[in-house]
Amino acid sequence: MIEARDLKKSFGAHQVLDGVTFRIESGESVVIIGRSGGGKSILLKHVIGLLMPDSGQVLVDGENIVGMNERQLLQVRRKFGMLFQSAALFDSMTVAENVSFLLRREGKLTASEIARRIDETLEMVDLPGTQQKKPAELSGGMRKRVGLARAIIYQPQILLYDEPTTGLDPIVSDSIDQLILRVCECLKVTSVVVTHDMRSTRRVGQRILMLHDGKIYTTGAPDEIFQSRDPIVHRFVNGISDPKEHNL
Amino acid sequence: MNALPKRWLNDALENLGRIALLLNEALRSLFTRKLNWRDLIYQLHFIGVKSQSVVLITGAFTGMVLCAQTYFQFHKVKMDTATLAVVSVSMCSELGPVLTALMVAGRVGAAMAAELGTMRVTEQIDALRTLATHPVDYLVVPRLAATVIALPLLTSEAIVIGIGAGYVVAVYLLGIDPPYLWSNMIKYSDAVDVVMGITKAVIFGGIVAIISCYKGMNCREGAEGVGRATTEAVVISSISILISNFFLTLFLTRLLT
Repeated sequence: MIEARDLKKSFGAHQVLDGVTFRIESGESVVIIGRSGGGKSILLKHVIGLLMPDSGQVLVDGENIVGMNERQLLQVRRKFGMLFQSAALFDSMTVAENVSFLLRREGKLTASEIARRIDETLEMVDLPGTQQKKPAELSGGMRKRVGLARAIIYQPQILLYDEPTTGLDPIVSDSIDQLILRVCECLKVTSVVVTHDMRSTRRVGQRILMLHDGKIYTTGAPDEIFQSRDPIVHRFVNGISDPKEHNL
Repeated sequence: MNALPKRWLNDALENLGRIALLLNEALRSLFTRKLNWRDLIYQLHFIGVKSQSVVLITGAFTGMVLCAQTYFQFHKVKMDTATLAVVSVSMCSELGPVLTALMVAGRVGAAMAAELGTMRVTEQIDALRTLATHPVDYLVVPRLAATVIALPLLTSEAIVIGIGAGYVVAVYLLGIDPPYLWSNMIKYSDAVDVVMGITKAVIFGGIVAIISCYKGMNCREGAEGVGRATTEAVVISSISILISNFFLTLFLTRLLT
């Protein structure tokens, strides 16, 4: 369970989060939508403790992570896996080394067990046989899959996706959406997806949170959000830049 | 006080405080957590082995030019045979550690800042943190340990090659009598000079590594941020080496003699 209570965060004079409050239950698949630069990725980084709020609380399984030091946060983060917008693969390592990074660091498994887990995980993200490739040799969609493989290999309870389909063509985006659904179903994880891709939102979200002006503006099931007559929600989900043209 | 110098002073003090905290975290990690030997050996190879050519060339030509200049002055007062003694003492206690550290700051410090800076702007450091890995344990500690180990060894090489090159110039180019040259060098050089040089090298190694890692891990966004962090790492490391060298000379001289 993840809960945010009255989160506030500003960078200089710019207030990015202005009292964000929400609750995500275990096993839920939630999509956070909002305009570019609206603070979605910042909010996601608060959930995993990569950023600390100016005020407010973030509770992970009832434990407030705000104010924890980095070493305490490392323990909490074992519950999480995160797919970054740019995939953030370690470019000096091969795909296999990227995917098995945490397993090798922990040193609890033998080399053959790690190799087996790498093979299984790469199979799951439809990238078998790429173990020895370097990130520079991969396409954008493949990098995201490797990033996802790295995030799921140690079987976390919560998966965070930061703009998983941004910069990908519609077909690759669709395959990433299917992958998110498959991972969610197979691993029974809580998923939090940050995106402004409405097609992706409709496919992967059981519930949608809309971030607007630094607050959670509305929340609801995908059908409710997409059929909403609220001008701000309607304008965003339908991609309307000039409301006058659409009589809004 | 004007606003600009006040802000500059505030920034400088804040950076100094953050570097001290990073050093504290790195030392605590070094002595309380398991060190990854594979990472340490990789860094030792990069910092130590790959800096050999730069350090050897610097040491050799510094020894040669110092020998020639000393001879030109000493020849006027008929002290030709003391030439190598000056080269030896200078190389051991001052030029060896300082020039080696400056060359390593230029080569290794820049690379560290650029690598860590790129990792920061491409979110690789955030990715490390999400993988339950402390960036200081994984990135800073192996670099700090490797630089502190490698720099005294490189300095020793620079000293030996500098004195050797000075000897060759003195004997074969300037025609100084070898037995007197060697005898005077042994007579006036002391183990204290070597200890001072190696101690300085250890401290300079720490300075280069911690400043370069700090600058890389705290660089601003984009290519400009990485470029600026790299430049600042080299400049601040070099200035810190030169300033600390003066105080170390005073302190170590009093301590060792």
